[in-house]
Amino acid sequence: MNEVKTTAKTNFKWVGKRTRRPDGPDKVTGRARYGDDMVMSGMLYGKTLRSPHAHAKILSIDTSKAEALKGVKAVVTHKDIPDHPLLEPPYGPMIADLHDISRNVMAREKVLYDGHAVAAVAATSERIAKAAIKLIEVEYEILPHVLDPLAAAQPGAPILHEHQFTHGVDPKPEAPSNVFRVVSAERGDLEKGFADADIIVEREFRSEPVHQGYIEPQALIATASEDGAVEIWTTTQGHFVIRGLCARLMNMDMSSIRVTASEIGGGFGGKNNVYAEPVAIRLSQKTSRPVRMVMTRSEVFRGTGPASGTYSRIRMGAMRDGTIVAAEAEIYNQAGAFKGSPVGRSVDSFFSSYSIANAKATAYDVCVNRPKVAAYRAPGAPMATMAAELTINELAEKLDIDPVDLRMKNAVQDGGQSLNGAKYGRIGLTEVLETVKNHPHYSAPLAPNQGRGFALGYWMHGGGLSSVVANLLDDGTVAIATGNPDIGGSRSSMRVMAAEELGVDLELIKPIVADTGSMGYSHLTAGSRTTFATGMAVINSVREIIEKLRALAAKKWEIPVDDVAWEAGQAVTQRDGFEALTLKQLAGMATKMGGAIAGHSEINAGGAGAAFSAQIVDVEVDPETGFVSLKRYTVIQDAGRAISPDYVEGQMQGGAVQGIGWALNEEYIYDDKGCLQNLGFLDYRMPVASDVPMIDTVIVEVPNPNHPYGVRGVGEPPLVPAPGAVANAVENAIGKKMGSLPLSPPKILGTLELCR
Amino acid sequence: MSKYHVTTTINGDEVDFTCYADQTLLEVLREDLNMTGTKNGCGSGDCGACTVIVNGRPVNACLVLGAELDGANIETIEGMSTGTELHPLQQKFLDHAALQCGICTPGFLNMAKALLEKNPEPTETEVRYALAGNLCRCTGYDKIVRAVLDAAAEMRESTS
Repeated sequence: MNEVKTTAKTNFKWVGKRTRRPDGPDKVTGRARYGDDMVMSGMLYGKTLRSPHAHAKILSIDTSKAEALKGVKAVVTHKDIPDHPLLEPPYGPMIADLHDISRNVMAREKVLYDGHAVAAVAATSERIAKAAIKLIEVEYEILPHVLDPLAAAQPGAPILHEHQFTHGVDPKPEAPSNVFRVVSAERGDLEKGFADADIIVEREFRSEPVHQGYIEPQALIATASEDGAVEIWTTTQGHFVIRGLCARLMNMDMSSIRVTASEIGGGFGGKNNVYAEPVAIRLSQKTSRPVRMVMTRSEVFRGTGPASGTYSRIRMGAMRDGTIVAAEAEIYNQAGAFKGSPVGRSVDSFFSSYSIANAKATAYDVCVNRPKVAAYRAPGAPMATMAAELTINELAEKLDIDPVDLRMKNAVQDGGQSLNGAKYGRIGLTEVLETVKNHPHYSAPLAPNQGRGFALGYWMHGGGLSSVVANLLDDGTVAIATGNPDIGGSRSSMRVMAAEELGVDLELIKPIVADTGSMGYSHLTAGSRTTFATGMAVINSVREIIEKLRALAAKKWEIPVDDVAWEAGQAVTQRDGFEALTLKQLAGMATKMGGAIAGHSEINAGGAGAAFSAQIVDVEVDPETGFVSLKRYTVIQDAGRAISPDYVEGQMQGGAVQGIGWALNEEYIYDDKGCLQNLGFLDYRMPVASDVPMIDTVIVEVPNPNHPYGVRGVGEPPLVPAPGAVANAVENAIGKKMGSLPLSPPKILGTLELCR
Repeated sequence: MSKYHVTTTINGDEVDFTCYADQTLLEVLREDLNMTGTKNGCGSGDCGACTVIVNGRPVNACLVLGAELDGANIETIEGMSTGTELHPLQQKFLDHAALQCGICTPGFLNMAKALLEKNPEPTETEVRYALAGNLCRCTGYDKIVRAVLDAAAEMRESTS
């Protein structure tokens, strides 16, 4: 069941309608070209040699035998990637340290995880490239390794970076540490808050890293020409970001690199970074030939992603009437081999759905011998949220208050703020909670061995830099070029917004994703920002076209432009004796009356604001095997305004199912040498169709006042509460508290047997 | 290493290719025949993105060797539509928004086509189990399952 509950005007021509996506036919026929679907004349095949050790000093690398192999055209190591100084404080919320990135794309002094890139070759065939990397001789001195974030944070743990001293603690530490920084936020007086509490619940949680799990592995082609220009074709969430990182890493002019984004086969945050791009540039520069580099699935697992594994502790106190008076939490995020786990977001995620007078949250960014974490759909939020939501559910149980009522009582209101201090404008939290309370799923009966879970998730959306160029063609069609790769249907939303503004048929609008040479900077398709921010740039661009068309009509009619209006796709005037001029007619006149008409917009969009997703889930636990089956799942979320409801629902459903995988099955499994054991989808078990039921959705629409159509972000909120909601359902089914993800059958069976 | 000469029918056309003994059908399609509609998600038969139909059976192209296919009839995504007419499954995937990034879509379409040829009236559960070898990370499967059920209904109507 999918429904839309809206509170505002709905007399749109296209917004909110279910329309086919413009990129659809190419994707159902196999015509769409993804990262690995491109070939170029004279292309070489690149392959990467990866570390077999979790932590080791590189003593020497001998590439001579590989270089001598017939068909090998170039070999690169860290010597071919420029070094960069360490980033100095103050550190922003996002850390892109070229010192680290240069070492992550190619290990320099040490290898820091199993799968760390050590060298790469380019050869005339994939077969020869594979043979060549086996001929590269690397001498290692194996070092002790550490995988667990708590263990890595202790004194005496093997140290990954001798230069790293914990930032954000007083006094400044004297010994290097794997903890890069400690970030916290607080308000009120915790001690007093807990003193006022009638009931206090304390819990702790652990979780394993999970991979973004995009089905398309990283793939690219880099072509360097003799004059220094470089072209890159790659699967990415942000080709402008790839251009910037490659230019800075390789000490090149930004204008000499042109990046084209292929169709992207899923990203979820995992394709925000560079991996093989700089290496392929170097291989191509050495050979003057295009170099293709495609990761295998095991390389994707060993070398990219994942989201942080975590350890967290939490304590919350409430008065008997249900007022939550104190809340304190800390979380250790695995950063992987280099600093930069989403600590700020973790801090902000614990308690920001609630108005709690006394609260504090702390997050530790901890380096361990695992691949460097990448963003994963609402980075930092799901595990912090799970800790808080399960604790609140336990408070509700002990206070004998309905979990939704307890949240209603403490819910943050319009004008409130997140723990990090971000101010809320108009938010839809109350509407979301009311929808949960009145949803038939919330009060439906349960069968034996079944349990119902509930969790609420909050996410503060990003806006940021977006650029758009809109060209009116002389037949009256409009080409809309954005700089944002389309992952989940953004071309559809862009087309809808442009057609709505112009008041014309959808088919007249042709959206494309343009390369970095064509237009202004556009930040990543990430942070649920594209429909909001890039959409706003589309609207601005189209409005510029409309202004020019009004002026053109005024010129044609020889009347003042103020007397010309734009209505339903045509220029009209109240003056007598003038027949409306259609978009098509005006487009045909434009080139003869002054020149082609285009609009463009380059913005830094603010005001995306917060959105909330609430999820109800029923599971059944088999007491004999510990197997959890999903029985019913409902996602209720404030989308502000659903431009394309089909794709909003798709985000809600997809996010929920990723959360199911996180809660029940997905985990990285390492051996005692620190080598990853589950390198494929058989053992890294993501949900399949038979694992899940239909995912019911309710789109709540409380329009965002900061967007012309009321858009909020949609992509990230649905994952935020999902693991917590599923874990809560399992707890309620078996009547035991479960603090460690994934809740795989052996773990559940172990808990059940302990109790028997 | 010498290559094998293989003669097959692909999407109704006779296609000759040569391949090494260890080359998979997926490599032959993508690298040698430039038929990139068949996707490579894992190379180990775990994701289903490379599902094609060989002699009426859905298979992972990454688990079949090119050299075994002499005389075989192979159907790939490039041959699913008829001329300019999309297959009902392709239509329904568009109508139901059953794809987001689209990388898994060719595999799902082939698997669903093979299912409906064998079982024109599947239940939701049968659809889910038939598609259990195909991974989709974007959609949560809901809209895919609905699209397949709707396509099945429409195909039954048009043949009855």
